[in-house]
Amino acid sequence: MPAELETVERVRRIDVDQYRYGFETKIESEKAPKGLSEDIVRFISAKKDEPEWMLQWRLDAYRRWLTMTEPNWARVDYPKIDYQDVYYYSAPKQKKALASLDEVDPEILKTYEKLGIPLREVEALEGVVRPEGERRVAVDAVFDSVSVATTFQAELKKAGVIFMPISHALREHPDLVRKYLGTVVPTSDNFFATLNSAVFSDGSFVYVPPGVRCPMELSTYFRINERNTGQFERTLIIADKGAYVSYLEGCTAPQRDENQLHAAVVELIAHDDAEIKYSTVQNWYPGNSEGKGGVYNFVTKRGDCRGRNSKISWTQVETGSAITWKYPSCILRGDNSRGEFYSIAISNGFQQVDSGTKMIHLGKNTTSRIISKGIAAGRSQNTYRGLVSAHRKATGARNFTACDSLLIGDKCGAHTVPYVEAKNSSALFEHEATTSKISEDVLFYCVQRGLSQEEAVGLVVNGFVRDVLQQLPMEFAVEAQKLISISLEGSVG
Amino acid sequence: MSALLEVRNLQVRVEEREILHGLSLTVNKGEVHAIMGPNGSGKSTLSHVIAGKPGYEVTGGEILFKGEDLLEMSPDERAAKGVFLAFQYPVEIPGVATMTFLRTALNAQRKARGESEYSTPDFLKKVRAVAASLNIPQEMLRRGVNVGFSGGEKKRNEVLQMGLFEPSLCILDEMDSGLDIDALRIAADGVNALRSSERAMVVITHYQRLLNYIVPDFVHVMSKGRVVKSGGKELALELEEKGYAQFEEQAA
Ligand SMILES: Nc1ncnc2c1ncn2[C@@H]1O[C@H](COP(=O)(O)OP(=O)(O)OP(=O)(O)O)[C@@H](O)[C@H]1O
Ligand SMILES: [Mg+2]
Repeated sequence: MPAELETVERVRRIDVDQYRYGFETKIESEKAPKGLSEDIVRFISAKKDEPEWMLQWRLDAYRRWLTMTEPNWARVDYPKIDYQDVYYYSAPKQKKALASLDEVDPEILKTYEKLGIPLREVEALEGVVRPEGERRVAVDAVFDSVSVATTFQAELKKAGVIFMPISHALREHPDLVRKYLGTVVPTSDNFFATLNSAVFSDGSFVYVPPGVRCPMELSTYFRINERNTGQFERTLIIADKGAYVSYLEGCTAPQRDENQLHAAVVELIAHDDAEIKYSTVQNWYPGNSEGKGGVYNFVTKRGDCRGRNSKISWTQVETGSAITWKYPSCILRGDNSRGEFYSIAISNGFQQVDSGTKMIHLGKNTTSRIISKGIAAGRSQNTYRGLVSAHRKATGARNFTACDSLLIGDKCGAHTVPYVEAKNSSALFEHEATTSKISEDVLFYCVQRGLSQEEAVGLVVNGFVRDVLQQLPMEFAVEAQKLISISLEGSVG
Repeated sequence: MSALLEVRNLQVRVEEREILHGLSLTVNKGEVHAIMGPNGSGKSTLSHVIAGKPGYEVTGGEILFKGEDLLEMSPDERAAKGVFLAFQYPVEIPGVATMTFLRTALNAQRKARGESEYSTPDFLKKVRAVAASLNIPQEMLRRGVNVGFSGGEKKRNEVLQMGLFEPSLCILDEMDSGLDIDALRIAADGVNALRSSERAMVVITHYQRLLNYIVPDFVHVMSKGRVVKSGGKELALELEEKGYAQFEEQAA
């Protein structure tokens, strides 16, 4: 909240005319032909004006990808993907400009209303262009990505924080990118990560220099800007010694995308005494009521606690996508480093979620904590899959895991698949798991007190996930709470 | 003028078995009715059907509330119209602060009635006042709904909600069970404070003792799914003395 208010004030002070920037840059829509080949990889790299080493890196990944097979161990089921039937490059599309909100699908507007997102912001999110000359209020400008970017950039620059699209970073800070890219998720890591390495579209690059606490949550900006990063997103965040950064990815607003296949890679690197907090709210289109359509989300997210006393914390609220395949992990390399994973994964309708984390303890006295809340409704399947391992040298490693699943109705499923490997006897791993059904008596108690059936489910589920919600940045916790209720609509007869 | 609650010849089945076999009961505004009867006679079933709990099949009869067909309404509509059931076994809702729950419920009811929602200060003022009168510490309201509450605290929380929602019909299902003497008195005082000419109460209990605190205008004896005898408060004393045996035969 404070970050948002500060921004409002800061933006109030800048020239309102800058606002026009946002709509002046006409980006030509460009698409490469369907399918994947070396030529397409070269085309993407050339379009982005990348250095030669980056092209080679991509080609290397591509050649490796050709030798790999799609993983099938996850508990998800989808028709075979024809990788030659996918577009791998399309320049960011300018949204069709709308004259007013009347032109926006009323269903979508309803969702915004339920989320409590202010109308001005909805206009920005849905691409409404107001008539030339109409005076804009400050709040309006907050959500204009260009002005926000400008104010943010100035502040960040003062602190020495680099925060820009990775495609820009490749040109402006090639050495930094080269030093870190692929060091946490190597190009050969897994089928989807390797594909991403070959064809990634764009994403964010963050570098926080030693001793710097990033002066703002890198979130407000993202609410809008992040929407066009494409289906093969690549993000790289580095917190140098003693640095701190909190980053929020995603949006509670419903996100539609004609691209069904998404394969993102996120790499985090925390040096000595550094901390990275990475939060995600994912609300991609889950498919229709018959289970048709919807985004396939195959994500590789990994953090490397490279330095001593470093800390990486993942928090995620997953409500969207037809298929979710996602295991944000921590490599606890530095002694005394700490990894955390807080997750809420909700599935309804025909959604399939296979998500969890890996905590790889390599350093001494490393600690990790996993709190996972899976909620399955409708005909969905919701799996927690986790690995906690302690290396031979990871003496004194400790983990605490709690996985709770809540079932709504009797046509859905919740599954817990924990793997534990301790290669030294001093490691101490604790695991708790519960699966429960939402209780009819509890629901009746709530409706007897005046809540509708859906409000009752929303309330009970929000209670169930409360300890994870508390990990989210304040301004998103409230929206996430509403999102959770909305995503469960229609889950009770 | 029509009765507040009019139950006529109510027949109810649960899982193919008939539990209520034509039960009738009339409750007017301002009255307090006690319902007594042996275990399994259908007292809780009656309260659940009035409140609209799913799983019960009404195969005959009707229930009118303020002259309207109650059985046509969803349970939350009934609540908004003023039907309140204090549960025999109040449930726990982990992670949902009692305060949040009270506010969500109260505002849901007000919204359904087309009234404006309470502002935060107004709401807090109201809750604090009612809570104080029931000896409920603020700290309890910050905890999850009924989570870790003692039996007595749970029952007091039910009375708190009654005081807050100001329903026109309060059904209390064995609010005395599990209460020590002091807790019973506090809860009963809370209930008595809510007695008014605009409100009626149906008090389900096994023990005459509660009726010393909440003195009823009428006492009904239920047996095997019917009201088999009705009378004044002295009927409760008679029951205490002689037991239910005399009525069991009548009901059969
Ligand atoms: N869900 C159900 N399934 C099957 N039988 C039920 C169900 N609910 C109630 N019954 C039966 O209906 C009868 C009446 O039960 P009810 O709980 O209404 O009695 P009661 O008068 O409240 O008893 P007590 O004094 O013990 O609270 C009992 O025989 C009970 O077993
Ligand atoms: Mg009972």
